[in-house]
Amino acid sequence: MLQPNKHRHWPWIMAFVGAYALLSLVIDNDYYQRVMTIVLVWAVMGLSWNLLSGYSGLVSFGHAAFFGLGGYFVVLSQIAWQWSPWLSIPVAALIGAAAGLAIGSITFRLRGHYFALAMLAYPLALLYVFEWLGYQEVTIPRVTDAPAAYMQFHDQMRVYVFIGLGILVLTMMLSRFIEEHRFGKSLLAIKQDETAAEASGINTRAWKLRAITLSGAIAGGIGGFYAVVQLVVTPPSAFGMLVSAQALTVAMFGGVGTVWGPVIGAVTLVPLSAWLDARFAQDLPGIQGVLYGVAIVGVVLLAPEGIFWRIKDHFKRRGIDPTPGGQGSTQLDAAQRLSTQQTYDDPIIMRVRDLSKAYGGLRAVDAVSFDVNRGEILGLIGPNGAGKTTLFNLLNGLTKPDEGSIVFNGTEIVGAEPNKICAQGLGRTFQVVKPFRRMSILENVIIGAYVRARDDAEARTMAELALDLVGLADDAQRIAGTISNEQLRLVELARALAGRPSLLLLDEIFAGLSHSEVDALMERVKRLSTLGITIVIIEHTMQAMVKLVDRFIVLDHGSVLTQGTPSEVTKNPEVISAYLGKKWAENA
Amino acid sequence: MDTAQHIENFLQFLTTGLLTGTIYGLMCVGLTTIFGIMRVINFAQGEFMMIGMYAAYYCFGLIGAHIYFGDYIAPFIAALAAAPIVYLLGISIHKLLVSRVTGVESNRLDSEGHYAQLILTLGISLILSNGGLVVFGSTPVSISTPLAWTAWPIGPLSGERILVFVNQKEAIAAVIAVAVVIAFSAFMSRTRIGRSLRAAADNSIAAIYMGIDVNKAHRIAFGLGVALTALGGGLLASGTAFQPFVGIEYVIVMYAGVVLGGLGSLWGAFFGGLTIGLIRAMSALFLPYQLENTAIFVCFLAILLLRPDGLFGKSSRQV
Repeated sequence: MLQPNKHRHWPWIMAFVGAYALLSLVIDNDYYQRVMTIVLVWAVMGLSWNLLSGYSGLVSFGHAAFFGLGGYFVVLSQIAWQWSPWLSIPVAALIGAAAGLAIGSITFRLRGHYFALAMLAYPLALLYVFEWLGYQEVTIPRVTDAPAAYMQFHDQMRVYVFIGLGILVLTMMLSRFIEEHRFGKSLLAIKQDETAAEASGINTRAWKLRAITLSGAIAGGIGGFYAVVQLVVTPPSAFGMLVSAQALTVAMFGGVGTVWGPVIGAVTLVPLSAWLDARFAQDLPGIQGVLYGVAIVGVVLLAPEGIFWRIKDHFKRRGIDPTPGGQGSTQLDAAQRLSTQQTYDDPIIMRVRDLSKAYGGLRAVDAVSFDVNRGEILGLIGPNGAGKTTLFNLLNGLTKPDEGSIVFNGTEIVGAEPNKICAQGLGRTFQVVKPFRRMSILENVIIGAYVRARDDAEARTMAELALDLVGLADDAQRIAGTISNEQLRLVELARALAGRPSLLLLDEIFAGLSHSEVDALMERVKRLSTLGITIVIIEHTMQAMVKLVDRFIVLDHGSVLTQGTPSEVTKNPEVISAYLGKKWAENA
Repeated sequence: MDTAQHIENFLQFLTTGLLTGTIYGLMCVGLTTIFGIMRVINFAQGEFMMIGMYAAYYCFGLIGAHIYFGDYIAPFIAALAAAPIVYLLGISIHKLLVSRVTGVESNRLDSEGHYAQLILTLGISLILSNGGLVVFGSTPVSISTPLAWTAWPIGPLSGERILVFVNQKEAIAAVIAVAVVIAFSAFMSRTRIGRSLRAAADNSIAAIYMGIDVNKAHRIAFGLGVALTALGGGLLASGTAFQPFVGIEYVIVMYAGVVLGGLGSLWGAFFGGLTIGLIRAMSALFLPYQLENTAIFVCFLAILLLRPDGLFGKSSRQV
């Protein structure tokens, strides 16, 4: 099944919690209990980091911002309003969530390195603000009459281990839930190719915001708990670089993208660092930081995916369980079910008017106007640099036009996000294939189905239908990174089909294929057309296309040179001189 | 305060900002050299600067006592001496660690390879800063030169009411910084090594076919980049107290300047750094001094969000 480990994780989590609790009951030493608590704090912090960065691939260097806000809130709210941590820790989680939402909505405009660097600035800016406010060292007031009501168990450190375990289990459950559902799959798709995810109908911004909000909530809550255990917060212990780095390190060291990674990382590194600290801190004050640095460097160079995946790979080849799905559908079924689409009366599915896009002085697309008739196969041809791919990017919303209008199924779509345009029934493939390489073929196609599916089971069914239709049903479980170019093009086609588009944009899907492969693919495209899907297809060679398309639009230097049936276009003298050249004229 | 005093304050902060900004500019040139040629975000740049500061500090201790006018000249000689020391450290770290996830090696990594570089340099940064704590201790130190508290007065201007002081140490340091940046710019455009470094930057595959050892070019670029920043650190080290964790503050200062100038552009980085120095000094006009760094960080975020392509540079968003 799609989530092979769904049921196998729970016994492990329960066993871990049981063993940990038992160990805590056996040990009779406050210092060890404290270390065991701190391990749990960093495991949860690592899970928080993993939830955003591990799944979505957006590396955060700034998780200390959430952690520190949570810590300071718990301490200050007790001082100012006598709030008990039992109340203020959940509120700290809400504050972390709000901070995550706020930071995310500003910072998600950036990608890659810029995102990581920007995230670094938030906790450091907060650090100086809290120093300036005079909160150099704030201590939780001791409550002697009712310590339990204020979560003060410093003479029974064991209680903190149990509270920490409770928070850890909650966080692991949340992480597992996300991993198993559309949420996690969407984040994984974003991690592997954000553009392709967006064009497949994934609302990338919304998912990223949800991820950073949840991640911030977890970090804020555990930051509050950490303050209670430590009894004191200082700007460096709350917002310092080492806080963000430790969250990242335990997750990366243990394994990114799994609930077990941060737990393994914390269980290994935190006791080691506590031991080093106790043993050498007198002579070597920075030894803990050095340890985390060495752990990061080592894991990047030796096991970039982390210990968990290393061990798992060692015992079993990674990949998903090849149990076939429950749908024994034939290709005919698939065809029928995919073709059940909303019906429109308008014979013109898309109207493009005066569409323009310039890059500097280059007018890549220049006042282009054309109609796409419902049900036709339209060939968009032109030499390299004629603006074909730019035009596709404008049509599916990846690029915003400078001016012009695109009306698709009666709705103006200029300015809409690609995922919204995809949801309205416009699918596309890419000239340079953009598969999600770490996922199986089936998972790739499921991503494309989410835009229409109500739940994961339906998405799976729709994906299987689409795979049937392109003839990849037997290869569904193979990993996309390992298959041939021809198959990758089929995967992209199936991914676009899974969203049940009424209009499909195909960008040079024949590029790099052999003659026989081109012929086979052409048959498939024709079949899609008979199902009622309108197709616009880009090619720079006209020869192959003459047999396939109903109509041609010829682009040159960003504008429409001419349009018409294949026979009209190939006889057009302008086309012959500007594009096809003399050789074509002689052969034709 | 009357108007003349306001103007005096303004001119004084402007002068200070320009002088320290020049040194920031030099440090930014170092950072942008690494990015421009290797396409690597070096997160540990601040720590190389810190090591430059300590290298200058110890060189000063070594030579200051032995030469005539030692206290006056030695701080600058020490700063210049820090550069080759950090160059050697830089090329060693590149050879041992960085080269394994960058350059030719990065071609076989997938998109996550870029994160590997970023995270690796984060690890190096942790090791160097915390290792610095082990080696150098946590007590702040500084190179003490009488020049740091000597100033040339300018004025009195406007009817004897406005007097601006130019700190002598900062002025000499700024002159050295500008001279080094000009020399480095000439080195990059005029010499054979400089040209092959730029070729490796423009198209590393083509450079390989042209017989340029891209790995070696990257190693030199990394060494030069950290050495320039270390020289800037060495120049800052006199008159400013520093400790092993000083790097993290400056890594933001440097990235703010470099992004402002357009990632990868040499003179863009210099003027970007200069601008950040000015902003930092000017923030003192209306913010408490503890928030100087916060002002820089907020400014950095604003630059990233509003002008990710830099004020002067071309598009560099696709990193």
